[in-house]
Amino acid sequence: MSEKLIRVLVAKPGLDGHDRGAKVIARALRDAGMEVIYSGLRQTPEQIVAAAVQEDVDVVAMSLLSGAHNHLFPKVAKLLAEEGADDVLVMGGGVIPDSDIPFLKENGIAEVFTPGTPTGEVVNYIKNNVR
Amino acid sequence: MELVQKALKGNRRAIARLISLAENEEKEAVTALREMFPLTGKAHIVGITGPPGSGKSTMTDKLVKELRKRGKKVAILAVDPASPFTGGAILGDRVRMSDLNLDEGVYIRSLSTRGKLGGLSKATHYAVKILDACGFDYIFIETVGVGQSEVDIIKTADSILVVTVPGLGDDIQAIKAGILEIGDIFIVNKADRDGANRVVIELEMMLGLNAEKDEWDHPILMTVASENKGIIEVVEAVIRHKEYLDKTGLLAERRRERLETEVLELVVQNMTRYVNEKFVKDGSFQEEVDKLVRKENDPYTLVQSILADTVK
Amino acid sequence: MYDKEKLKEIALAKEEWEKGQVAKTLAKFKERKEEFATTSGIPVERLYTPVENQDFDYVRDLGMPGQYPYTRGVQPTMYRGRFWTMRQYAGFATAEDSNKRYRYLLDQGQTGLSVAFDLPTQIGYDSDAEIAQGEIGKVGVAIDSLQDMEVLFDQIPLDKVSTSMTINAPASVLLAMYIAVAEKQGVTVDKLQGTIQNDILKEYAARGTYIYPPGPSMRLITNIFEFCSKNVPNWNTISISGYHIREAGSTAAQEVAFTLADGIAYVDAAIKAGLDVDGFAGRLSFFFNSHNDLLEEVAKFRAARRMWAKIMRERFGAKNPRSWMLRFHTQTGGSTLTAQQPENNIVRVAIQTLAAVLGGTQSLHTNSKDEALALPSEESVRIALRTQQIVAYESGVCDTVDPLAGSYYVESLTNEIEKKAMEYIEKIDTMGGATKAIEQGYIQKEIADSSYAYQKEVEANERIVVGMNKFQVEEKPIEGLLRVDPSVGEAQVKKLKALKESRDNLAVKTKLSTLREAAKTDANLMPFILDAIRVYASEGEVCDVLREIFGEYRPVEIL
Ligand SMILES: Nc1nc2c(ncn2[C@@H]2O[C@H](COP(=O)(O)OP(=O)(O)O)[C@@H](O)[C@H]2O)c(=O)[nH]1
Ligand SMILES: [Mg+2]
Repeated sequence: MSEKLIRVLVAKPGLDGHDRGAKVIARALRDAGMEVIYSGLRQTPEQIVAAAVQEDVDVVAMSLLSGAHNHLFPKVAKLLAEEGADDVLVMGGGVIPDSDIPFLKENGIAEVFTPGTPTGEVVNYIKNNVR
Repeated sequence: MELVQKALKGNRRAIARLISLAENEEKEAVTALREMFPLTGKAHIVGITGPPGSGKSTMTDKLVKELRKRGKKVAILAVDPASPFTGGAILGDRVRMSDLNLDEGVYIRSLSTRGKLGGLSKATHYAVKILDACGFDYIFIETVGVGQSEVDIIKTADSILVVTVPGLGDDIQAIKAGILEIGDIFIVNKADRDGANRVVIELEMMLGLNAEKDEWDHPILMTVASENKGIIEVVEAVIRHKEYLDKTGLLAERRRERLETEVLELVVQNMTRYVNEKFVKDGSFQEEVDKLVRKENDPYTLVQSILADTVK
Repeated sequence: MYDKEKLKEIALAKEEWEKGQVAKTLAKFKERKEEFATTSGIPVERLYTPVENQDFDYVRDLGMPGQYPYTRGVQPTMYRGRFWTMRQYAGFATAEDSNKRYRYLLDQGQTGLSVAFDLPTQIGYDSDAEIAQGEIGKVGVAIDSLQDMEVLFDQIPLDKVSTSMTINAPASVLLAMYIAVAEKQGVTVDKLQGTIQNDILKEYAARGTYIYPPGPSMRLITNIFEFCSKNVPNWNTISISGYHIREAGSTAAQEVAFTLADGIAYVDAAIKAGLDVDGFAGRLSFFFNSHNDLLEEVAKFRAARRMWAKIMRERFGAKNPRSWMLRFHTQTGGSTLTAQQPENNIVRVAIQTLAAVLGGTQSLHTNSKDEALALPSEESVRIALRTQQIVAYESGVCDTVDPLAGSYYVESLTNEIEKKAMEYIEKIDTMGGATKAIEQGYIQKEIADSSYAYQKEVEANERIVVGMNKFQVEEKPIEGLLRVDPSVGEAQVKKLKALKESRDNLAVKTKLSTLREAAKTDANLMPFILDAIRVYASEGEVCDVLREIFGEYRPVEIL
């Protein structure tokens, strides 16, 4: 009866408190018919992964503006893989210089969205890439 | 099923997967439940309901921490409403419980109502069974106390906690009468605010009116969940209620009733689905209705023939 | 103000014009849009005349500069006397690196310092805390102890420079460090000039660097008010900030409303703590955002000034005119900058600078063009500063006070923003004040709603952001962005470890336990914090003691 809905964990890793982007994305994904679990601020990679596993999400979408992405994003991807959840689509967004993107992609981040990306693009990306 | 074996060993990813299967009404869910059913019946199921913002999630977080101190394994199902238009939802209850994320003895799952009547209570029901089989001692179900489907969910609980707060305007009126009737333990949270005592008195009066003189005393407790005040008392009340249910045989009775209801509901659901698939989808149902319109048949005969076909 | 007969005449003329000439033109050329509105959604008419400002009363609504209700500015001569303080927010990596940047900026003609701290410092964690890893020195300078602070202000005479510090939850700790550095420089505390942000309510509502729950946080704030009014009289004890509320996506009217509502909450708390309103109100300062909608922004600043004057005088019965004055710092809007075609940001910042100056700001930070990408480079910081200097020295707008006053449009917008903001403040009052409204998630939700509505307009191309959803070009990735070396974190951890080995640990322990005991009473904590800092207790150690007693804040997330 009920069809499968895409479940997304929108997470704020690290200490950055700017959640405008995360909230906008959360609402946009909801309006696109997805189930969004919002982590709240200041989550460690371990907490994010625990939530992702328990919630059986298809996607983990992280937003970070503090510049700590190279440290935090790959850690989340690595811990997910350790839990056997490497089929989860891991995405990142925020103030991320283009030159960091190859490094992030090599380290388990499927896609990186920089400022100014329309939310529709994120929605489409998820719809096209969730298994 | 391999997934079941893993889940029973405590693998959270497997548990989470099974709940998703149940939520999405996949066929494997039934297979898994069959396998797990014999292991169910040990967990104590606590429903926690009340208006949005009354502190249910905060309270759950604190109750669970207290139960963890006592060595219990606890699972939480947090139910939030979905948008009726898109089916999407933002589920934010975990935010209040993020300290519990890393606790191996706790499992938290957010569920949305997905705008489907009845579908949710079934999914929740299944999720409870899965968690029960996996050995959680307590299973909390958090849901806002509005709407019939939510009342249905909460009815699957052994102990029902009704949370209210001062300053809701027409304080008590805000709690749906139906919920008042099914509550076992009443909690006036945010007792740090003015007017908590008045809410207690109003509750006492309302409950006095409703009292269908049973043995259970329907305690009314004051808490400040955000400051961890009054939490131990709530835990004690839950344990006392559990013992009361055991002692009086009510638990067995309720669980038996619940099984009855479940079976009857499943029968109805399965039949509806069968009828749907068999007649409605391919258009033959419309042809039958056309016949009714032309008076070539009557509804009663039609129903009989459909049923005869279904239970063949 | 306007003559009744004349008003009628104007109304008639306007009507005739609309029915005649305008109608004819419209028949041939449609306007660009059916409806026009400001960035914040205030409807904009085709033409403003005295008719739209019928109730305008010069003396009541504007008054003279330097006089109640201060609509035209807080000083009588404004920029004819002295330009605003040009104050670039800066700080990154280690205290050594930031000290170098400060001295560069002072050499370039900047007139005040503005310190950016890294997130661990802002949230009261030392650099060796697990949760700090990856964040050290990233969005600002890492300060763990007095030792770092001494380096940060090395060769900068604290009696000559005014320093603004963006620090909130641990404001008392960083202020204590600043005082301790001054003592070491031989500067007496009464000479110190500057500002601490110290505005916890907007942290809960929009910025996220909170530590303790509202109750104890408000206590720390009033402790600072009291301590400074006695000991550091020239210190601005709080900078009540709308900046981050706007960055989080609010409208201009919400920015004013929520900021002033926060202000009301602080004044209430201080009065409740037994302080005399005129004893501290003169040291309250504000901090606003400046966006691209030039005239709306000017109106916003003017409305905020008028509203605060009324609030302080009428609501709180303040008697000293200084208590009525809303003095504010401005920063150009970071969220208006685009990662696409970053050079365009220079132009945006110039418009925003004009808005702040025409709005009568007391100090200004102009954003660098590459802020939407990474930390600003030295070159882009210089351009940002030059933008202010060009407006100051070349544009001519500083030569008369409040030059836009009397513009039919600007006055009407000023009224409109005041009206909308006042409605919010009344609503928040009925909820029991800003703290309660935040605890219930009301303010957060209003902001998030505005932010989402704005985003949807941009994505529907109903709102054009040049270079982003129109006039795009193919762009090469940008090279040469300033980044903080990860080794900064390691160095900072090492330094802290060495300090913990070399300092007088017995003294630290004693001072911390005295602080712990004091926190349990209702004593003013400033002297105790200062004592602990003087013996080189780390920031994290001080904050941990307070965490123990006060607990930690749990955010409300209402989406
Ligand atoms: N003042 C006060 N606030 C509380 C109390 N319990 C919870 N809260 C706050 O109430 C808000 C809503 O709580 P939440 O647990 O999300 O409520 P729910 O929607 O019922 O799950 C949060 O900001 C909590 O911190 C309490 O006892 N006193
Ligand atoms: Mg909840």
